[in-house]
Amino acid sequence: MAKSYEEINARIARGEAVVLTADEVSRMAAEASPAEIARKVDVVTTATFGAMCSSGCFINFGHTSPPLRMESITLNGVPLFGGVAAVDAYIGATEVSPDDPSYGGAHLIEALVRGDELLLKARGKGTDCYPRREIETWIRKDLVNEITMVSPRNAYQNYAAATNTTDKVLHTYMGSLLPRKGNVNYSTSGQLSPLLNDPYLRTIGVGTRVFLAGAQGFVSWRGTQFNTEKPRNDRGIPESNAATLMLTGDVKQMSADYLRAAYYEKYGVTLYIGIGIPIPVLDEDMAAAVSVRDRDIPALICDYGTEGHPAIARTNYEALRSGFVEIAGKKTRTAPLSSLKKAREIAQALKAQVASGVFPLAAPVQALPERSAVSSLPVRERSR
Amino acid sequence: MREKYVLEYSSAVVDEPVVYTLIKRFDIKVNILRAEISSGQEGSMLVELEGESEKLAASRDYLASLSVSLMPISRSLSVREDSCVHCGACTGVCFSGCLSMEREAWELQVDRDKCIACALCVEACPFGAIELKFGE
Repeated sequence: MAKSYEEINARIARGEAVVLTADEVSRMAAEASPAEIARKVDVVTTATFGAMCSSGCFINFGHTSPPLRMESITLNGVPLFGGVAAVDAYIGATEVSPDDPSYGGAHLIEALVRGDELLLKARGKGTDCYPRREIETWIRKDLVNEITMVSPRNAYQNYAAATNTTDKVLHTYMGSLLPRKGNVNYSTSGQLSPLLNDPYLRTIGVGTRVFLAGAQGFVSWRGTQFNTEKPRNDRGIPESNAATLMLTGDVKQMSADYLRAAYYEKYGVTLYIGIGIPIPVLDEDMAAAVSVRDRDIPALICDYGTEGHPAIARTNYEALRSGFVEIAGKKTRTAPLSSLKKAREIAQALKAQVASGVFPLAAPVQALPERSAVSSLPVRERSR
Repeated sequence: MREKYVLEYSSAVVDEPVVYTLIKRFDIKVNILRAEISSGQEGSMLVELEGESEKLAASRDYLASLSVSLMPISRSLSVREDSCVHCGACTGVCFSGCLSMEREAWELQVDRDKCIACALCVEACPFGAIELKFGE
């Protein structure tokens, strides 16, 4: 029995829709078949709250009088990318202050969301249409035009777990990795994670409305490093890093409850973002997909002490969540890097929004690519 | 009884054989878990003291008489609740078992008595939420 988006939205409008979180539907699946779930459940909410380095936002400061073509721009000492029109700039989450490498773009974005005041300094050459040469002023989110998040790569589908076989502590974007496989860090909300509940991206594509740090945002494109070519298990779940999403949303509508700047020791600055995606249970196949449990999700454990980060063990998220896994016979402690507590809060918040009708569902305007591979960068001579 | 303290020494006491006195005069088992002491300078030491309660009390008085400050380890470590998002990054480096995830609500739980003041968590926390008072 198939359901259309229109039927689901009509049920939401009548207040009859059954909306569950992905955790709730996974528990239900212990006793209910996909056919029953497809009949009873209309929408399943998924969520994640983790570090997403490839994030940032465009900001339009508005023109001063006389105007300046902003070329060299800093905000609280953090350089912005100013190679777009006169008063547009891009705040990259991982850009850092030359004076303080633990403070960067992610902190600016969080401060903007919180409504803090930030010191803007900019210089230009001075031209006929933009005669001013420099500016120094304090900005705030209500004193600038648009602040639009455009994050090239968010919501990674099944990012691999990390360990370290060397004799030294490694400071990585997967956290502090203790020597000689002293720990395993993983970063996923597992059975609650958006792209693990729709592994072939049937319902998630260009134009899909998403919960983006408390605002309503959209999937604007495939994320960078989008990869469909990873081996999949019998549920269709890729064994490691696969699909990604490019997300867009209004930073002025976001909440610091769901967006936090972070600093990984001796690695750098990154941004934790809360993302939620509602998945319509269109048919039995989708019902089976959203019923996924942590034990069904494969995880590779990669060695960050070896170039190329080769996988040295295989496990699943139920095992990682247990607190210990075995690597080659050695019992190793595991720790999460993304907050499951926050992800659950987002899934619940999104569930309430979908059920109340303020978060309508729609079919993607265009599907994400069915085939897309990732290549590495060759270091080479120029072609003749 | 067993108690864990961070001892803070002034430079005047660094030459005093404090640990020897604790053992010899007060019959205390002293387990030094971490120490940063150099002669002529200030020092910090994390110790576990084990003994009868009256003898422990007497040894605390002895330390106080030397102006060695005693801070129970439970007050050395603090986690700022407004900064912590309960991600769990700190639990990966905490091999003493002080920091761990509660596996129902997935919240950080802190068993301060297990802290050994290694400070790895302070570096591992992506939000700068953990403070450890030891030295400095």
